[in-house]
Amino acid sequence: MIYRETGQFKTNYKADNSIFPILQDRIAIIFYLFVAFIVIPAFGSDFFINSMMIPFLIFALAAIGLNILTGFTGQISLGTGAFMGVGAYSCYKLVTIFPDTNVIFLIVISGFFSAAIGMVFGLPSLRIKGFYLVVTTLAAQFFLEWCFIRIEWLYNYNTSGAIEVPRREVFNVIVTGPEAAAVTQYLVVLSIVVAMTWIASNLIHGRIGRSWMMIRDMDIAAELMGVRPLYAKLSAFAVSSFYAGVAGAMMVFMWLGAAEVESFDVNHSFLILFMVIIGGLGSIKGSFLGAAFIWMLPVVLRAFPKALGLDVPVATVEHVNFMIIGGLIIFFLIIEPNGLARIWALLKQKLRVWPFPY
Amino acid sequence: MSSDQSTQTADGRTIGGPIMEVKDISLKFGGVTAIKNISFDINEGEIRAIIGPNGAGKTSMLNVINGFYHPQEGQIVFRGEARTAMRPYVAASQGISRTFQNVALFEGMSTLDNIMAGRTLKMKKNFFWQMLRFGPAEVEEFEHRKVVEEIIDFLEIQAIRKTPVGRLPYGLQKRVELGRALAAEPSLLLLDEPMAGMNVEEKEDMSRFILDVNDQFGTTIALIEHDMGVVMDIADRVVVLDYGQKIADGLPAEVQANQDVIDAYLGVAH
Repeated sequence: MIYRETGQFKTNYKADNSIFPILQDRIAIIFYLFVAFIVIPAFGSDFFINSMMIPFLIFALAAIGLNILTGFTGQISLGTGAFMGVGAYSCYKLVTIFPDTNVIFLIVISGFFSAAIGMVFGLPSLRIKGFYLVVTTLAAQFFLEWCFIRIEWLYNYNTSGAIEVPRREVFNVIVTGPEAAAVTQYLVVLSIVVAMTWIASNLIHGRIGRSWMMIRDMDIAAELMGVRPLYAKLSAFAVSSFYAGVAGAMMVFMWLGAAEVESFDVNHSFLILFMVIIGGLGSIKGSFLGAAFIWMLPVVLRAFPKALGLDVPVATVEHVNFMIIGGLIIFFLIIEPNGLARIWALLKQKLRVWPFPY
Repeated sequence: MSSDQSTQTADGRTIGGPIMEVKDISLKFGGVTAIKNISFDINEGEIRAIIGPNGAGKTSMLNVINGFYHPQEGQIVFRGEARTAMRPYVAASQGISRTFQNVALFEGMSTLDNIMAGRTLKMKKNFFWQMLRFGPAEVEEFEHRKVVEEIIDFLEIQAIRKTPVGRLPYGLQKRVELGRALAAEPSLLLLDEPMAGMNVEEKEDMSRFILDVNDQFGTTIALIEHDMGVVMDIADRVVVLDYGQKIADGLPAEVQANQDVIDAYLGVAH
């Protein structure tokens, strides 16, 4: 009833072309941002911020990256974990080489290293498609993992083979390292994620995003419309890897505090891919929904028996957890193969026409 | 084009000299010869039909013209520039646009985005501006949106502007595809069976659009079509292919009376 667009007429292309054409959506976005920037830092506990919000935002960013490649350009990749690793290791190197530079700036810069590596491993996409491309990105995954172990220079010849985040301050506020406050880190992550989401949305709604989708939907016709597959595919790989790289750098510097090669293994690639598929291929909103579903739901479910006062062994909770999540994934994919974002859109459509069926 | 070559048609259109000349094209796939030594020309401003029975090499010919296939022999002269092989996007940037026999729209995108896609080559703003989406990139987007809206008006598809094309009926999809090809403002428009699978009304609509495009924008059109009634009505000249060879070329009435063409379509007793 409240979600109506009656009387909202578009009188110019700017209004018609806006990303949130319906007034209620714009209000909702402002509300979400208000909650994220003000309510959560003010009232959220350290546990909530550290183990739910920060990883959720980081994985959502990685999922947006993979969604640009898989959902918008149609190139499936299983190398996200490794590209996150490239971002993390290059950020680590940058921080040790330039100890006085603003660490937030370095996190963003490390995305460019990841983008470069991503473009190199994107080259096979010009010749091969589908499952065969998956195999080549898997090769990237294993090759880069090997690099993270064998090239000792990457982790400064540390005997443990791990990278440990040093303490760094920005404007006298501790941002990274063990002493950093969760709220500070959360706000940094949130700002980067919001800015990069905005950029991703801009790219997708313009010429570049259209050329990606043209390649995805019908590459022959795209070429005839003047899209060069080389540019479209490699730019998608570059942007996607950039996002993964920044997410990886934030994962280590803003959340884990230390990492070794296991943090970037193929399981993480799968995790991000599942977030994208369950959230919805080709939807930025879906990336957030998918990340929330895969990351936050288990944490909530784990806390559930305790909150009800039930005395259930931890192992049982964990097993039931897996079963519930697995069941829900199947359930959601059966009722809507296009993911949570599509369910969301259908619900909105129902709301718009309520109480009429259509 | 020199004015002495141009002629006036009965309905007042001006047809110039050749915009495209296809010279001695041969195309082989392994041992199969799809096109054997074909030459013809397309005059500026005319509607040129390419007809022939199934497997005659008509679609292969279009694919050669816009660079999907690279012929083994022969050359193509487009606006005075000779070439043998080129990439499709080069053909696109020179002003050759086309539609496909089986609709090849971008299914996940709306009608509007599909037609906007046709303007890809005209949009120049770089990655940086695209990232911000306000300022120059936005101004550019709206300039092109205006052109696209004109095409939408022309094709009478205002109501399906925001509908994903995958959900549209076949006849409308064909129309959107024509719109996408038009959005590139081509100087040569190739239509591969624009009326295949349509009912009579849809065919009439499509014929009207093709004639209007030719008349209002002066676009040169080469089309493949199986409906002989349509071909005889709208084409200025017809070239007939059979088994990869040219068997007739001329005005619709001449072609219709040609014994080789009749034999190709109806078969001959051996």
